[in-house]
Amino acid sequence: MATETPLPSPLTVTADRRSRPVEERAGTGTPAPRRRRPPNDLRLALVFIAPAAIGFALFLLWPTVRGIYLSFTSYNLLTPPVFTGLQNYERLVQDSIFWHSMLVTVEYVLLNIGFQTVLALFIAVMMHRLTKSTFVRGIVLAPYLVSNVVAALIWLWILDTQLGIGNEVLSAIGVGRIPFLQSDVWGIPTIAFINVWRNVGYTALLIFAGLQALPEQVYEAGRIDGASEWKMFWGITVPLLRPILSLVLIITIIGSFQVFDTVAVTTQGGPANATNVVQNYIYNLAFGRFQFGYASAVSVALLIVLSVITFIQYRLSRSGESDLD
Amino acid sequence: MTSTLPPVVDPVTTRAVTTAGSKPARPRPSVGRVAAWIAMIAVIVVTLFPFYWILRTALSSNGAISADPTSLLPTGFSLGGFERVFGLQTTKEALSQGGSGATLNFWQYLLNSVLTATMITVGQVFFSAAAAYAFARLRWPGRDKVFGVFLAGLMVPTIFTLLPNFALIKSLGLVDTLLGISLPSMLMTPFAVFFLRQFFLGISKEVEEAALIDGAGKVRVFFRLILPMASAPIATLAVLTYITAWNDYFWPLMVSYTDSSRVLTVALGVFKSQAPQSGTDWSGLMAATLVAALPMIVLFGLFAKRIVNSIGFSGIK
Repeated sequence: MATETPLPSPLTVTADRRSRPVEERAGTGTPAPRRRRPPNDLRLALVFIAPAAIGFALFLLWPTVRGIYLSFTSYNLLTPPVFTGLQNYERLVQDSIFWHSMLVTVEYVLLNIGFQTVLALFIAVMMHRLTKSTFVRGIVLAPYLVSNVVAALIWLWILDTQLGIGNEVLSAIGVGRIPFLQSDVWGIPTIAFINVWRNVGYTALLIFAGLQALPEQVYEAGRIDGASEWKMFWGITVPLLRPILSLVLIITIIGSFQVFDTVAVTTQGGPANATNVVQNYIYNLAFGRFQFGYASAVSVALLIVLSVITFIQYRLSRSGESDLD
Repeated sequence: MTSTLPPVVDPVTTRAVTTAGSKPARPRPSVGRVAAWIAMIAVIVVTLFPFYWILRTALSSNGAISADPTSLLPTGFSLGGFERVFGLQTTKEALSQGGSGATLNFWQYLLNSVLTATMITVGQVFFSAAAAYAFARLRWPGRDKVFGVFLAGLMVPTIFTLLPNFALIKSLGLVDTLLGISLPSMLMTPFAVFFLRQFFLGISKEVEEAALIDGAGKVRVFFRLILPMASAPIATLAVLTYITAWNDYFWPLMVSYTDSSRVLTVALGVFKSQAPQSGTDWSGLMAATLVAALPMIVLFGLFAKRIVNSIGFSGIK
């Protein structure tokens, strides 16, 4: 749904010239050899899009359809899927581990997106008001360039209860050691924090790009009127940025729901399901217990949740409209 | 290893400083601005410290780390971690230095990562460019409808297609092969097609028509005119695709089972889970992490400006 809105992109500014009528072009002086008949490149076009179309059909369209189909079957990968109707979904409704994993995932998303958005907005506004240096933006983005696995391992080490520098500092200042990734209370917040560390720069740069599109005159007017930075932030930046913020939120929330790598590397869902996010549950069902059909049903449930969230968010935020118009 | 950063970055910072200086409208340093700078520096420190900590730990020895975990410089300087990662130590040596003694072949994983990321990047960028050209510049019935279908593909979360794709790759007999890891993203992504189409639409039509009148075919126009003219966005897309492919974990984890197709991200997970009884081999693990992250850090150093500037609302995935 988000993609249907014309993105306020610097790229889309370049006008869509292909829609210009053929006659208009023919009138520019050089007589086109084939004037009346609209040129048809169908054959060539088929050659050009063939690989991409095969890729699209085989690895995106077909899996989507098949994923939905498999959710109505019992399938262990070795023998052909057997259609079982709504059996998987009946099991899903009663599956307490599934509901728990949903809850854990929602907790993760709230913590991850909450902190990340506030921090990213803060960093973006600071970069916007203090320095437009590409160097600083590069540093802020750096963690995004390493994999989730690398990010997870670094923090696993820094937050290690025995030897990690983070816990050494905590114990030195008298807080005491915290078993961040081994505890059922701290597990999810810690994983959320690790992913904030990795992704906040990317989110900040997205918001920063939105800020740069805001007209500078508004701020000058604000300054002349004697408004403080704080007042201008709430009075100018936030309202004007709303469409971009909601777009950023849709994208980051959808990404956040798909958390897996960090959990797989640091806690594997433990202790006792405390960090068993939906994707981790799906992975264990499919590759630990070979219940591909049921795992697909859980995937469909997640897909539905994501679609509903996107829809609600899109409606609530009126993200298509901007106060600038 | 970070020596690649300064030459790229220096002109940028200098320019930024001069533009800041040439703007007299900048407010005088106030308490608020100083506080904001302090906060900004804190953000930068939290961002960069973990990178330094990888290096510091990788260059330390496990024994010295447990004796002095807070030393800010490498403690008990040793390249043992790297030697274990690349299988240069005997099992006995590895065990005595806190390693797991399990054989690891990071050269193989490095090669696998390079190969899959390269296959994905070359294939995806080229085939997406061809499709984007057909959507932007060729005239054929149903073009905009087909493009609409491609765009709708952006809405399917990647994660949803993983299980069915695995079943497909399995029935194609490609499980545990590099091709099996690469194939699903080698032909296209809706984002790449969308991204390149936008640029192709912006290329002046007059130049293209002049070439066509001179008798060049559309295929020739694509290779000789469109691709070179769009080389900057194509390079940006290629770098981003390479980084994404290199960092992918979930899909290779599903597809690869043995060393022959194991990529670095998956190997790191395996390395971590092989913790010896004496406790995790932090020095070795951080050395391995550095090996996995370094190529991306270097790539980022080389293309930082391009990558940073590409993130705008065109860069939304």
